[in-house]
Amino acid sequence: MKKILVVLPHPDDEAFGAAGTLAMHIRQGARVTYACLTLGEMGRNMGFPPFANRVTLPQVRKAELEASCRAIGIQDLRLLGFHDKTLEFEDPDELAGRIGELLEEIRPDLVITFYPGYSVHPDHDACGAAVIRAVGRLPEAERPVVHCMAFSRGCEQALGEPDVVNDVRPYLEQKLGALHAHRSQFRYGTLPARGRLSESEFAEWLGRERFWTYRWPKSET
Amino acid sequence: MRPIDPKDVQARIDRLKGQDLYLHIEMTTGAYAAYYDETKHQASAFVKNGRIRFSRGSVAGWGPYRVGLKTDEGWVYAEGLTHYEDEETERLIMAGHDRDGKLVVALQLSPHPF
Repeated sequence: MKKILVVLPHPDDEAFGAAGTLAMHIRQGARVTYACLTLGEMGRNMGFPPFANRVTLPQVRKAELEASCRAIGIQDLRLLGFHDKTLEFEDPDELAGRIGELLEEIRPDLVITFYPGYSVHPDHDACGAAVIRAVGRLPEAERPVVHCMAFSRGCEQALGEPDVVNDVRPYLEQKLGALHAHRSQFRYGTLPARGRLSESEFAEWLGRERFWTYRWPKSET
Repeated sequence: MRPIDPKDVQARIDRLKGQDLYLHIEMTTGAYAAYYDETKHQASAFVKNGRIRFSRGSVAGWGPYRVGLKTDEGWVYAEGLTHYEDEETERLIMAGHDRDGKLVVALQLSPHPF
């Protein structure tokens, strides 16, 4: 059985970029563990119209994350309890250590995270860096493949074209289920590409998930 | 959250005066401000569970509102507040939301840590 470890910092980070891919792997028999590092407690969106506030948001988002995991079919959700917006200020060894414990326990065949340096939000970059640090501590032969999401401006110039492009149109039901689950964060009608794309272009946009296989620098291998 | 009723908020501020409290104060342009618009200067700051005791506190303006809290040795100030939680009994939870409903500023006081 294929084992996948997903490590992302915020509830909803899984929804846009990886929900269809995870649903696809789960349909094919994979077991997915999703380690979500924070509860997104510093998020600015409180619902449309607002139904959460700064105090209630963490619990609201926790419930949304659980609903998203149900929609995707994720079997194992771990909440690591870090605080939103602070990952880059944590001790990198401690952060990597927590992820290392999961790697040891689960021994995944595939790890999914953000590409450090190309993922816009400081938490995304710090999360990706911690995953790479943790995986990099393993002997080279034991390292799982790491698929990274990236979306910074110019990331394709730096990283090249993504080498893993999954057609997840058969899994849009699960993906839309995940997006809708995060109801304090998204309005489906205002997803970034919604306004500028036709209906079919939009399905195409939503139905393709892109990953870059992490390439270890020569000095680290 | 309800639109700020300045009279009610003032009464709540007065009830918290002279007590040892925990403070959450925050202002943010959002983590994607510069990603969506490169001309934007992205910035944010927050303090979670700072300690405060204020001797005088007031709400000012006609909406969005300003709140100033005078302490023995300084001030706490927030501008742009639009909403508060009217069902809270012990705590004062205030925030400013932009036209899209996104939080821009928050000021919260509580006898217990947030």
